[in-house]
Amino acid sequence: MTWNWEYTGEILPDLLSGLRYTVIATLVGYVIALILGLVWTLLRRTPYPAVNHAVRWVTEFIRSTPLIPQLYFVFFVLPSLGITLSPLTAGIITLGVHYSTYTAEVYRAGIADVPKGQWEACTALNLPKSRVWLDVILPQAVRRVIPTLGNYLIAMFKDSPMLFAINVAELLYAANRAGSVNGQFLEPMTMVGLLFVVVSVISSILVRRLERRYATH
Amino acid sequence: MPPTDTTPEAPTPDNAGAGGGSTPGDAPTTDESAPAAKGVSTHKDAAGEGEAAAALPHGAAPGIRFEKVVKRFGDNVVLRELDFTVEPGERVTLIGPSGSGKTTILRLLMTLETLNEGVIWIGDQTLWHMDRDGKRVPANQKHLHEMRKQVGMVFQQFNLFPNMNVLRNLTEGPVRVLGVSKDEAVERARSLLDLVGLADKINAHPTQLSGGQQQRVAIARALAMQPKVLLLDEVTSALDPELVVGVQDLLRDIARQSDLTLLCVTHEMAFAKDISDRVLMFDQGQIVEEGPPDQIFGEPSEQRTRDFLQAVLAS
Repeated sequence: MTWNWEYTGEILPDLLSGLRYTVIATLVGYVIALILGLVWTLLRRTPYPAVNHAVRWVTEFIRSTPLIPQLYFVFFVLPSLGITLSPLTAGIITLGVHYSTYTAEVYRAGIADVPKGQWEACTALNLPKSRVWLDVILPQAVRRVIPTLGNYLIAMFKDSPMLFAINVAELLYAANRAGSVNGQFLEPMTMVGLLFVVVSVISSILVRRLERRYATH
Repeated sequence: MPPTDTTPEAPTPDNAGAGGGSTPGDAPTTDESAPAAKGVSTHKDAAGEGEAAAALPHGAAPGIRFEKVVKRFGDNVVLRELDFTVEPGERVTLIGPSGSGKTTILRLLMTLETLNEGVIWIGDQTLWHMDRDGKRVPANQKHLHEMRKQVGMVFQQFNLFPNMNVLRNLTEGPVRVLGVSKDEAVERARSLLDLVGLADKINAHPTQLSGGQQQRVAIARALAMQPKVLLLDEVTSALDPELVVGVQDLLRDIARQSDLTLLCVTHEMAFAKDISDRVLMFDQGQIVEEGPPDQIFGEPSEQRTRDFLQAVLAS
């Protein structure tokens, strides 16, 4: 088994186009996870017990089940309910929703970390609810959890090959196809690993920068 | 936040009318016209008291009355049917051992704790109750919001917003709550920072300030809301000893140059003597003794007060 540079060069464009899908799925999914996670967290703080409990059980359920069955459910079961999604869309939504249940916990911890005195100062200043959240609590809570949220970006990126299961043409899919067509898996699979490392390292550098910028105050 | 959960129902136009209408004379002057009236009174007062005083709230301050107020934390009864009155513009210091309920009184007035029983009056309005169809019912958020406009508080731990600079700390409330224009709020913030001697820190972040400086900003922030009642909750307890005097001097000036009704919880007896018209000695949720500072600190009549003062002076 020897490394074939020529072959590596040939499959590289396919792999890079697969990587493009991987990155797109991760980033769009991440945005969904960031926004939806916050929605879960805030819903859990509403004064309505029914809403709190419903949200709690739904998120608990999603967090406690593996990603691949969820992907299968969204991609194969939902069409029978009249909701048909392309593989990429189904993959992005599932990835985003799945991770939103994790980011929700992160936000929750961040909010719990804001000192009680901050809430009391808001009351003493008579700030309306919306301002309390937007101007005082969330900016402080989010700043505290930027490192953790950043780690989830990288975790999502590494989980994205699971979209292979519903035929999203992402990096692993492209590598698998190249390997099958040519009967030679060493180069494509090694390249998958290398490309993942490169992107992960770049993202963790970016995350750390973000952390340094915002976490200091 | 406790008040949220205790809201009995959403405010309706009906309530709003009842709440505002119950005090035809007082409410409009204290609430709406305060910012405008301030501009007028500025000139009058500035003549006598110098420029710094112009930033201070002036105008009729309401009195405060507690009627059979009960506050419990679980099984622990902190206030037992407490009755007391603070006259309009009076400066009262609450002293007593920790756990005697002094801070709870301030926190009830700031609506940081919910009331269990009794009635608290601010001026001729009840803080925790409102009038509906002639009946006294628990206050809703809207009523609490209106009532809180009269009250300001300075905390032991300052509680400045660390994500905002000093200026924004001072303008957030006036702009978001009082509806003051940005420019006017900035103007007012500047004069208040002048007053507290921190004009040069206007763009600093709270974390860049010393404890004493943070507490001065917190005092300015409370005053920026133009309160009629100011609550001081052990405001120098968290400060390094050498910073205490500066903050106390500032508060003394503010107390003398404004018409605020002042309630002060402190362990600094010299400061209490200096700042207050009357001192209330608390123990176990009840007033043990009250009187002018000279009497309480000079010749207290109750043994409990003597013991307490001795213990404080010894420490």
